[in-house]
Amino acid sequence: MNRRKERLIKWLFTVTAFASLAFLVGIVLVLFKEALPVFKVVSPKAFLLGTSWYPTAEPPEFGILPLIAASLWVTSGALLICVPLGVGSALYLHELAGAKQRALLKPVIEILASVPSIVYGFFGMVVVAPFLQRALDLPIGLTAFTTSLILGVMATPTVASIAEDALSYVPRSFREASFAVGADRWQTLTKVIIPAAGSGISTAVILGMSRAIGETMTVLMVAGGSAIIPESIFDPVRPMTAAIAAEMGEAPVGSDHYHALFAIALILFLITFVFNVAAEYISRRYRLKLGLAR
Amino acid sequence: MMTNAFPNTAINPAAAPAARRRARSRRSWAQKIGFAALAACMGANILFLAGILFFIAAKGLGTINWEFLTQVPRDSMTAGGVAPAIVGTLYLTLGAILFALPLGVACAVYLTEYSPKGWIVNLLRVSINNLAGVPSVVFGLFGLTVFVKYFGFGVSMISGALTLGILALPVIISASQEALTAVPQSIREASLALGATQWETIRKVVLPAALPGILTGVILSVGRVAGETAPILFTAAAFYVKGYPDSPFSEVMALPYHIYALMTEGTHPEEQTRIAYASSLLLLGLVLSVSMLAIWLRQRQRKTYHA
Repeated sequence: MNRRKERLIKWLFTVTAFASLAFLVGIVLVLFKEALPVFKVVSPKAFLLGTSWYPTAEPPEFGILPLIAASLWVTSGALLICVPLGVGSALYLHELAGAKQRALLKPVIEILASVPSIVYGFFGMVVVAPFLQRALDLPIGLTAFTTSLILGVMATPTVASIAEDALSYVPRSFREASFAVGADRWQTLTKVIIPAAGSGISTAVILGMSRAIGETMTVLMVAGGSAIIPESIFDPVRPMTAAIAAEMGEAPVGSDHYHALFAIALILFLITFVFNVAAEYISRRYRLKLGLAR
Repeated sequence: MMTNAFPNTAINPAAAPAARRRARSRRSWAQKIGFAALAACMGANILFLAGILFFIAAKGLGTINWEFLTQVPRDSMTAGGVAPAIVGTLYLTLGAILFALPLGVACAVYLTEYSPKGWIVNLLRVSINNLAGVPSVVFGLFGLTVFVKYFGFGVSMISGALTLGILALPVIISASQEALTAVPQSIREASLALGATQWETIRKVVLPAALPGILTGVILSVGRVAGETAPILFTAAAFYVKGYPDSPFSEVMALPYHIYALMTEGTHPEEQTRIAYASSLLLLGLVLSVSMLAIWLRQRQRKTYHA
């Protein structure tokens, strides 16, 4: 009697535990099911490599290269900001800050990470964009440059906290050995700690990239919205997330446009999925290399 | 003649004192510049946070008063308050947590207490990590397809809450897992030795001990969920709903969506921007104080575990 109850309860937990797997599979199924119909209208190659995105024109054109280019463009710009700043902050926190400073500074990074993306978008729209427009004498303030800047700031705490985690896995003995042969702190940092934590830090970069490319509200409000392949960093652009968020409300359910937006989401999902799996794989190997189980 | 065992002059006891000093000062310069650069990176974070808070508080604070917090919007969004949006955000967040909490805790209990076979743990861990990395707008599309259309809930509070719940799930799972792993193994063994079954041990010993940590995870996910906009864009939110939401199946106003709508819709940009500043400040205040609470609680708990 008692044993049957125990078995039932274990079974219940097992089923519930698979919910997250079920949701992930559900997301994949929904994306495929709603995305595939668009390929009756446009070939996958023309969809991915087509340079005109005029989903509401007659006849409509579904080439998402401008959107992909815009996403990659703003994400690369963001990386130029969030990688040095994030890794630098992690190194500062881990190597230079004393216990008291760390207790104060770590929450700063976590709080910065919890600022909602809509607030960043609003801030970018009303403060950063007008400022850049005046300062750089641009025709418009809502550009790829502004977007990269804000995405970079947003992704900095993500990179910082994951990189800090990676640094904390470097065994003390590495540092002690380096000091013992006469290296100073800077040499120890650049020639021992950073190389040892290298693959762990690259996980942070990948996840920062994943965060930046999937970011929606900021990009929607700040990027400017024109679906053209960017030629300069001061062009307004329409990254993939912005296209989905801006156009889903207007696309009639079941129309080609609707399915095309799901296809964009599918590609976006696949990109972030690859990033996440790569990060997971690298960080696992990294911890094994440093002799830490799991 | 003595051979030089230390080619590096900096640590060569036989090197001339002047050369040694030069090498050391070169090193210490590199170190000074390097450390200053790292400090500047850290300083940038503080500057960003202070900058955002300052600009939004400077222009938003003047608009926030009792009326703003308790009244419905009037005169096509140019006057009155944002009370329905505040209430909407509270309902959506509450709904999301009610949905994600049991699922998340059960998943964490399964992973830590029933310690399933290796490949199951790996499969679940990979899917939890990936769920955490799915872009928020993709959650929105999933919610639109499944809850709004397939289940027929329409654009409604319940569709939005369920969508946000899935987004909160990985946060709750990892916080609960951390809390459960921190419970010492000896407590479990003591309970089992007294003849308690595994379920009795989990229910009466492990879960109560892990409860504070789980609650911290819940608070953390509240902060995350309350500020999300993209998932409710097509599943729940409306720019204007008359009065307060009265059923789970009605559309709702929500604070984050309200900021977006104020900046992109309507016909009175200047007045709307003023209200958007105040709404942003309100949302920022809400989300940041919730996160600070979670961070503070977690620090206190970690100290307790270590003591």
